[in-house]
Amino acid sequence: MLESYFHMAKSIPELQGIAKRVRRDIVEMITAAKSGHPGGSLSAVEIVVELYFNHMRIDPAKPKWVDRDRFILSKGHAAPVLYSVMAERGYADAPKDKLNTLRQFGSVFQGHPDMRFIPSLEASTGSLGQGLSLGLGMALGSRLDARPSRFFVMLGDGEIQEGQIWEAAMAAPFHKVDNLVAIVDYNRIQLDGFVSDIMEVAPVAAKWREFAWHTVEIDGHDFAAIEAALAEAAATKGRPTCIVAHTIKGKGVSFMENNPKFHGVAPTQDECKLALQELN
Amino acid sequence: MPAQINTAKPKFEIKMGPSTREAFGRTVVELGRENKDVVVVDADLSKSTMTTYFAKEFPDRFFSCGIAEANMVGVGAGLAMVGKIPFIASFSVFVMNKGFEQMRIGAAYGRSNLKVVGTHSGITIGEDGPSQMSIEEISLACSLAGFVVMAPADENAAKALVRAAAAYNGPVFIRCGRPKAPVVYGTDQKFEIGKSIELAAGGDITLIANGLLVAQALLAADLLEAEGVSARVIDMHTVKPLDRDAIARAAAETGAIVVAEEHLVDGGLGVRVAQAVAESNPCVMEFVGIHDRYAESGNPDEMLEKYGLAARDIAAAARKALARKR
Repeated sequence: MLESYFHMAKSIPELQGIAKRVRRDIVEMITAAKSGHPGGSLSAVEIVVELYFNHMRIDPAKPKWVDRDRFILSKGHAAPVLYSVMAERGYADAPKDKLNTLRQFGSVFQGHPDMRFIPSLEASTGSLGQGLSLGLGMALGSRLDARPSRFFVMLGDGEIQEGQIWEAAMAAPFHKVDNLVAIVDYNRIQLDGFVSDIMEVAPVAAKWREFAWHTVEIDGHDFAAIEAALAEAAATKGRPTCIVAHTIKGKGVSFMENNPKFHGVAPTQDECKLALQELN
Repeated sequence: MPAQINTAKPKFEIKMGPSTREAFGRTVVELGRENKDVVVVDADLSKSTMTTYFAKEFPDRFFSCGIAEANMVGVGAGLAMVGKIPFIASFSVFVMNKGFEQMRIGAAYGRSNLKVVGTHSGITIGEDGPSQMSIEEISLACSLAGFVVMAPADENAAKALVRAAAAYNGPVFIRCGRPKAPVVYGTDQKFEIGKSIELAAGGDITLIANGLLVAQALLAADLLEAEGVSARVIDMHTVKPLDRDAIARAAAETGAIVVAEEHLVDGGLGVRVAQAVAESNPCVMEFVGIHDRYAESGNPDEMLEKYGLAARDIAAAARKALARKR
């Protein structure tokens, strides 16, 4: 193991404090950019914070450490949450003072995660449905080399409408990978409206169970529950784990919560002010 | 560095050798023995793509994805991202059409070290018919930014180019065929990605081909020679990056070019060569390929003849070009 690696072991209040800063970043970044996806970024905050600050074996000072754990944001449109968390965590190629250049010409903070601009990212994503296959390939290769790395793939609930997700979902238990964790950000809203109106995906947990994944359902905003689920995944041998995280789209900003409008629309300056007041 | 020149035999004779897919299957096993990082991913066609040899010798390094090409491409890209050298294989028509978006995101845009091998390319797969025939994949592969795209002519070419692909750091597509391939090269022939091979010297016209049509081009050159026409024959085994120097020289020195490929003429080798010609030394050109249609069941020779890809068709195109040149 890398010498400089150490477990962060943050307390839940500390994690909640980070989550609040990340939410403020998300709102500010997307407001400055005048476009972007606030709802699905805000719903994923606790999960991404927990992974980067408390769970994954990573060292921001050595982002290419070969035995590191890796996170793939398959729902790439939630890039702001990942950018903010990586900046908070101290990745030099995701500079905190540049977060507000999101989506601008010349910014490393591209509209969707792009490894050409931020090499510490583990995948370039944005075209939905592909991250789980990438994670499976990484998990297989890493297992072949007997590395300790674990691979976490965050999927959107709308995203699992993509057929490729189920190709990968079928393949991962077949190959008995237990170093792969899928996390479904089940916020129930996609671009065109409520998931149940566009293309129902329920029952989500039952589907993953039927595909032979060890499946856990949690409140995706509860740090203790996320920690417990990730620990359960780590203890599960011989098959992958799917964490179905029930979340609230736009979580933390009252007028964005459960509001399909804020899937892919930036807040106005006034809305931003209101949101930041709520996130104080 | 100039293209390597073989002294052409007085007459090219068809002598069948193993298929290029067979050569791929054998070579990837050799690569597996030499490098433990070489892995193979397949989608329920290993007995046809010939990755079955690899699966038998290295079961731990062979990953079956079932009939799910999109996932196969993503898994391959993921394997590359943790340092493996993955060869993924299926029929060209399936891996390219069903895995195109995954190649775009995972391998081209993501620039992973993925090696994609499409077998059963073109219409010479014969009896299975058009749903299994790939006549678009060179065009599609070339539209993946950063990909190297190759189409070997015979066993030795395939062996060498599969090795070159493994040694190259970046995404590669290799087009292989189903039927036995006429022998064009000896075992001593050297191949380099992006460096075409001049198989016959000639000053009146240049015949540029790849894959199975290299042998047909050589036969066509003999037909033309009997008519007093000296045809240069070039194997453009790498479609991307294109050997623009050889093309510019051929255009300048022979003033007429025929491009022959077992592929739709829309967007394949021909249009790429034409672009290079237009940008260097414009000259008359003719194109031998499949014209805006699908083929049918039948044996390889019947396919080449009916769809206008045989030596006589290349010779006819050459005569047409020569008439325009004069």
